[in-house]
Amino acid sequence: MSANTSANNKYNVREFIAFTGAKVLQDKTSVFVGTGLPMIAAILAQKTHAPQLLIIFEAGGVGPILPELPISVGQGLTYYRGVAAGSMHNVMSICQAGYIDVGFLGAAQVDMYGNINTTCIGDHEHPSVRLPGSGGASDIGSLSHKTIIIVAGQSRRTFVNKLDFLTTPGYLDGPGARERAGLPSRSGPYRVITQLGVFGFDNKSKKMMLLSVHPWVTVEEIRDNSGFDIVIPEKYDISGEPGEKDLEILRTQIDRASLIIGK
Amino acid sequence: MEIISEGKGQLIGWHDPDEHRQFVLENKSREMKDKTMKVSEAVSRFIKDGDFIASGGFGHARVSMNVVYEIVRQKKRNLIMAGKTAVHDLDILVGNGCVDRVEAAYSFGYEIRGLAPAGRRMVESGRCKVVAETSNAGYQWRFLAGMMGLPFVPSRTMLGTDTGRYSSCKTVIDPFSGKPINLIPAAYPDVVFIHVHRCDIYGNCQIDGILVEDCELAHCARRLIISTEEIIDNEVIRSEPWRTVIPFYLVDAVVEQPFGSHPCEMQEKYFFDEEHIAEWLSLSKTDEGVQKYADKYIYGVKDFDEYLELCGGLKKMRFLQERENLRVPLITPWRK
Repeated sequence: MSANTSANNKYNVREFIAFTGAKVLQDKTSVFVGTGLPMIAAILAQKTHAPQLLIIFEAGGVGPILPELPISVGQGLTYYRGVAAGSMHNVMSICQAGYIDVGFLGAAQVDMYGNINTTCIGDHEHPSVRLPGSGGASDIGSLSHKTIIIVAGQSRRTFVNKLDFLTTPGYLDGPGARERAGLPSRSGPYRVITQLGVFGFDNKSKKMMLLSVHPWVTVEEIRDNSGFDIVIPEKYDISGEPGEKDLEILRTQIDRASLIIGK
Repeated sequence: MEIISEGKGQLIGWHDPDEHRQFVLENKSREMKDKTMKVSEAVSRFIKDGDFIASGGFGHARVSMNVVYEIVRQKKRNLIMAGKTAVHDLDILVGNGCVDRVEAAYSFGYEIRGLAPAGRRMVESGRCKVVAETSNAGYQWRFLAGMMGLPFVPSRTMLGTDTGRYSSCKTVIDPFSGKPINLIPAAYPDVVFIHVHRCDIYGNCQIDGILVEDCELAHCARRLIISTEEIIDNEVIRSEPWRTVIPFYLVDAVVEQPFGSHPCEMQEKYFFDEEHIAEWLSLSKTDEGVQKYADKYIYGVKDFDEYLELCGGLKKMRFLQERENLRVPLITPWRK
């Protein structure tokens, strides 16, 4: 199933992903958000169960109460009714010092350890597709306590055995690798959310593990749409569905232009 | 300190701290003098072919587009640009053949709008080289090290990644904690241009909204061109000196240009001109389209004011002010 398919007549998969992402965010915690679906999920969380969600943007916006989806993580809206309009040095420093609970990122490619590529497809010197690069992602994925990753189109091309370029660190090549590299201890990927399911990471192996499948998805589809073996435990859940109120907020307040959820 | 690994990216814009101090001693005057000039003079005096340049703001928010267009107009070549969240500023310069090398933190993209057709084409065809990778924090800490007059600042980012392996950083064992730490080298761009809300004729600048990394960037710049929405009296600066983000002694040129960030956003003043950005994103899919854009909006006008008229003049600027204040809905004409 591609990302733009309607899941059913109640919601489409992008709305479902935004809702699922929002649910992972807890009230009275801080989240460092990247462009696109992570923003939508954070705004939905703030407008529903997490009114005290402290949203941080990389260009310096701190604690906004977001009225709608920003186009850029560096525009005026990113500090709308915020508590501070600071600088990148300011927010990256608090991230490094441990004030950011969750980093929330999108990804073009991800591997079994939650490492992310947003730099290039193909060889770095002669890429077939040049992507924007790290932006703040490598910092956010290095320095937040936990990372949540959204891959809106899970497939064998996006869930890959080997990344073309390791832009942002997940668990690198397995248990203990982050600490050996010098990254902050006990940090790393926490959840991966796709159009098919929600994944966590096996405590021992640090490999991606199924936590829940979306209501219209089978485990076979989860396996078929991955270039690596996903750990499938005996017990897993069915992902919860958004209510009418969530969908109304998404459609009439957050993304009225249907920029992201309508893709 | 033991070096564990070294990035293979090209180290650009680094100077020995003593060499930089000497440059400052000889070239950065402490005299309060009128630095106002036309953008054509600022660009021709301070930007040379081959220079390492950096643009303030956030790629498409509070950027000095009047300087960017002037660089194209004067046909500067072989520039190397800091891709420090570079968006429309970089894309115009890469697309028009002014910049042929980039150190990329965020480059060749337009955030929610998608990838940059011009930037992608230039890189994928080999006409623009990515000489090093870094991250956003990595770049702004390059500027911080420069601001502090240090050879590097230590950091815990980019460790264990290809971003680090393709950067110009060196990883060492920290003598205090005994853990690996990433040393991010200082950057001293040859020329930096920053758009601000207001400044006086000497270059004392105030910025409303987020600063991004412009305080650090202004301090590490060898030459600094300020463009400003308005010029204010020095007495205003002196009555609220805590608002000064960039003091005059860092500044080499002051260019007054209302709406100088257009078509990019200017926080608290005007929104992105999405119609204009959509026109660029559509035309820049081909080299011929880039030429057509430049003929119309850069070579075809005598200055930035005439360009603004061509873009819809006062009526359009009023609409962009209304949008920045959320009084009219978002339009997204770049969507197919």
